[in-house]
Amino acid sequence: MVALTYHAPDSLEEAVQLLSTARQPVKLLSGGTDLIIQMQGLIQDERLVVDVKKIPGMRAADWMEDHLRLGPSMSCAQFTKRQDIQAVFPGLVEAAYLIGSTQVQGRASIGGNLCNASPAADTIPALIVNRAACLIQGLNGTRRVNVEDFLTGVGQQCLASDELLVAIEVPNPAARTRDAYLRFIPRTEMDIAVAGAAVSVTLDDTGVCTNARVAIGAVAPTAILVPSAADALIGTKLEDDALLAAAAASSQAANPISDRRGTVEFRRHVVGVLTKRAAKIAANRVGAL
Amino acid sequence: MSEAREFKHIGQRTIRPDGFDKVTGKANYGADLSLPGMIWGAILRSPHAHANIKKLDVSRAEASPDVLAIATFEDFPSVNAAAQRDGTHREGMMDTACNILANQKVLYHGHAVAAIAARSQAAAIAALDLIDVEYEVLTPVLNIDDAISATAPILHETMMTQGLAEPATEASNVSARMELKKGDIEAGFAAADVIVERAYDTPTVHQGYIEPHATTVVFNDNGPSMIWCPTQGHFDVRARVAQLLNLELGQIKVVASEIGGGFGGKTTVYLEPVALILSKKSGRPVKMEMSRGDVFRASGPASASQSRIKVGAKMDGTITAMQATLHYEAGAFQGSPMGPGCMTVFTPYDVENLYVEGFDVVVNKPKVAAYRAPGAPQSEFAAEMAVNELAKKIGMDPIEFRLKNAAKEGTQTIYGPKLKVVGLEACLEAAKSSPHYTAPIPENVGRGLAAGFWFNIGGQSSVIINLNPDGTGTIIEGSPDIGGSRASMQMMAAEILGVAPSSLNPIVADTEHVAYNQTTGGSRTTFATGMAVVEAAEDIVEQLKARAAAMWNVTAEQVDFKDGVAQNLSGEDQLTLAEICASAEKTGGQISGRANINARGAGPSFAVHICDIKVDKETGKTDVVRYTAIQDAGKAIHPSYVEGQFQGGAVQGIGWALNEEYVYSKDGIMENAGFLDYRIPLASDLPEIEAIIVEVPNSFHPFGVRGVGETGIIPPLAAVGTAVAEAIGQPISSLPCSPPKILKLLMAAR
Amino acid sequence: MKSHISTTINGDSVEFLCEPSQTLLQVLRNDLGMTGTKEGCGSGDCGACSVIFDGELVCACLVLGVEAQGAAIETVEGVAAHDQLHVIQEKFLEHAALQCGICTPGLIVSTKALLEENPSPTEAEARYFLAGNLCRCTGYDKIIKAVMDAAATMRQGA
Repeated sequence: MVALTYHAPDSLEEAVQLLSTARQPVKLLSGGTDLIIQMQGLIQDERLVVDVKKIPGMRAADWMEDHLRLGPSMSCAQFTKRQDIQAVFPGLVEAAYLIGSTQVQGRASIGGNLCNASPAADTIPALIVNRAACLIQGLNGTRRVNVEDFLTGVGQQCLASDELLVAIEVPNPAARTRDAYLRFIPRTEMDIAVAGAAVSVTLDDTGVCTNARVAIGAVAPTAILVPSAADALIGTKLEDDALLAAAAASSQAANPISDRRGTVEFRRHVVGVLTKRAAKIAANRVGAL
Repeated sequence: MSEAREFKHIGQRTIRPDGFDKVTGKANYGADLSLPGMIWGAILRSPHAHANIKKLDVSRAEASPDVLAIATFEDFPSVNAAAQRDGTHREGMMDTACNILANQKVLYHGHAVAAIAARSQAAAIAALDLIDVEYEVLTPVLNIDDAISATAPILHETMMTQGLAEPATEASNVSARMELKKGDIEAGFAAADVIVERAYDTPTVHQGYIEPHATTVVFNDNGPSMIWCPTQGHFDVRARVAQLLNLELGQIKVVASEIGGGFGGKTTVYLEPVALILSKKSGRPVKMEMSRGDVFRASGPASASQSRIKVGAKMDGTITAMQATLHYEAGAFQGSPMGPGCMTVFTPYDVENLYVEGFDVVVNKPKVAAYRAPGAPQSEFAAEMAVNELAKKIGMDPIEFRLKNAAKEGTQTIYGPKLKVVGLEACLEAAKSSPHYTAPIPENVGRGLAAGFWFNIGGQSSVIINLNPDGTGTIIEGSPDIGGSRASMQMMAAEILGVAPSSLNPIVADTEHVAYNQTTGGSRTTFATGMAVVEAAEDIVEQLKARAAAMWNVTAEQVDFKDGVAQNLSGEDQLTLAEICASAEKTGGQISGRANINARGAGPSFAVHICDIKVDKETGKTDVVRYTAIQDAGKAIHPSYVEGQFQGGAVQGIGWALNEEYVYSKDGIMENAGFLDYRIPLASDLPEIEAIIVEVPNSFHPFGVRGVGETGIIPPLAAVGTAVAEAIGQPISSLPCSPPKILKLLMAAR
Repeated sequence: MKSHISTTINGDSVEFLCEPSQTLLQVLRNDLGMTGTKEGCGSGDCGACSVIFDGELVCACLVLGVEAQGAAIETVEGVAAHDQLHVIQEKFLEHAALQCGICTPGLIVSTKALLEENPSPTEAEARYFLAGNLCRCTGYDKIIKAVMDAAATMRQGA
């Protein structure tokens, strides 16, 4: 593996200081399930690894007045055991639950999933439909960026070299709003998403969809918000026609590649199917409230 | 074996003797041995699928203080340039040598080019950067169609197709052709009312053993060098290393570590000769490990295949003719399992007119190795799919159709012998009355059934049983235990000696402590090594009788031995085995039994599998909802481990049929060299695998054993393929049935 | 430069020196001689190196050795008490839930984690929890039977 220098700062200030003064390229270590594998390929290079898990608050999840404040390094295993979060954001918890094996979940974190910025990251579409934002700390203070704007390309996000993600803020959902996330993989577990779709819907008392958000993953360089799919749902009772229209909108918005995991045609088709099914599940969840 | 016998130990489900160490982490596998002063080797591998090596310069590496030894092809004394000049060159080992360290040409992505030893694994890997290689990249040949096309780049410029009617005059990527016939194929098809003809293909797949190849070696100039490695055949490792390095067999000791799966893939050498060269040059013990990526890219997967099958039958269900043209990819060097593929393709059927033609084709992929019934899953998949389609066309139940044409005692095989007593009909009957087949097919589910045949082999095994003064003992065998065979050896010896199995400790000895044993493969171990165990135990029984006779002052003929007790036939005297052992000092010294055999009479094993599959029609995703494996074991020594073979084979076959395949870029770069994207079945992918043991004894084995290790991987391909075809209402001709492929079929049908 | 790490493995205080680039798996196997934890892939895809790290089931190949500072680690070597096998180990042997045995240490550790978290798993829950532990020999059938039997036996004993 690469020649590493390792630091595990126990304060945010120390972390930012390390980042801003590092002479080598820096890698932030959260769960490590992507990072450690990526570093195996770098034989002669040097890296400064900053383990952010010991910074206070990085592994906590707390309800604030109007949002859930999620420590980016909380493991998926801890996150998915939180029934209070499951009750409000079942789709987001599902997405975290789908990442890798039990073993991978023991380490992998939602912040890591986000910052690693894989096009196929499961939690990203679910964060996007829930209007989540990234709280970023750098040498010159903090800033807030919506998740859909945080991602800039395959494996790329907008963190500057002196910055780190300190929290993910997920606003409390509006009344009668629930989310769902589905992905397609060839097996039942372990695989990377071939396509993924998250949907959040708000229904009024008569079952009419008054608001919706749809985000799709693994079908473009980054997860993308699909307003046209949401529009197809809003104003309907999510009848088959509306669901098919949303599916078609997602398929239309997809811009996938062919690789070892799936073809362009397959991904385009399946992301529509997932959109339709996820919308149905989200609506049923509202119905069950 | 004439009538059913009562056994005391055989057929019980005992605790395996090596189990304690395996559940506690104490058992030592290939990568678990470290020695004082040990250094690490690493291998530089080709980034190209097909290229000439224009320059291989190790001078920078040689100059590095971190590098303790370097190995290249030139270090194989039996096949290198010097050997070619002075006439001591060994042609037979050339392909093996070139596969282990490339000679002027790399033939697949991951092909080993050179090796380095350094003080740590990380240092060895880092030092690979100090080797300078200049490649002239050539166009890769990545499948059978490309390889046999007239304009194909030629992998080996001296390779001529063997087995053609007219001797070949030009180099070709087809290394060999073979033909097998029986009866009059034209007349057979002329007599048919219905004919099915279809082409099938299967992908390159890997055995997927969880333990990567690894070895620790010590070169010794003044005594035998030591090689520790996980292998199915340590005597074969010894022979190959000796040939490659011009050593005598006695100069090498190979210790078979515990082995973490093989399935045929650990029957050759990759790291061992290279590590020994590095050890010789550095004067240090050397350890080498393959990464998982190396295992996928550069060990020995199973052949991709293309098959064309034609089967004709009368409306009453009689098959009149079967014909096959089979192409097998061999990988970078000749030697696919084309032969057994051709021999097995139609063996489940007693049909008068058969014609089979096979081709062995080289491509820019790793050289294939054996994989559980090598060659048979590919060809029998094609045959069974066609048979199922034909049964459906004439409106017969697939079991009835098979029963009407089933191979049985006396059936003339296409490859030579007539079958002795076999269990195909018994398996078909068991399938017919199974809870699975008698259950209605659930809604939205497709059901498939297929049969499978594998020969099984016997061969050479050597066993020593030593008894201790207290009556306990050691069974010294030389068949690496890959799935629990030590338990069976213990039970068979205990049955003959009339003692508790746990009183006999079976060990797999190294090449110095037991005579030659053939590789664990061909489902031979419980049959052949088991036969040697029985003979060695019987040898002991004769000695026990003689010793008891000496103690009683009678002749050995006056002594009977039964259930662990010697009985004086001329009186009331009795002596237990332990009592005889305790007195051995006075009757001629301690007691050992021995057997060195070349076992004949291996009994073929037939199997029938039933599979239910559900398909998500919107995504093409498959879900195996029920599965039953039925197979003839002859006699199940340890039923749990026999079932385990059925279940494990079934699941490997399910993986082959559903999601496993090598994916190459157009440049021949393997794109899924890891367990993330080479998708073997997971616990959550599967239902219970119901196992039904059929016992039609093999009269050539003292307890009736047939090998069971391999047949189980054959039927799943067509059982799954047929189930998917039934579920989607479209014919399946290409494996794997991966979701994109199935969805495409569904969309096309809409 | 090597780091000095103090950690706890199977209840024992352990100190070691390691490069920051070494994984916990490499430290366990190559530096501490604890070869019961196996390597099947080095990328978190097979589960052969499953260990319990501060209460979470993880792949030791996806943890850096330096992260072990102050942690509590359980490996397969700590599952049995001296020569008294754990119920899970006994059930694996009784049900013939291993063939080659290379995946077994990882499965034993994972099963222990499963049953500590969920003493009464359904068969489906067990299959999903253990999906990250690849076994190529058994087809999982006997493994799942052993896990379910171990769970039932442990419930009776509890």
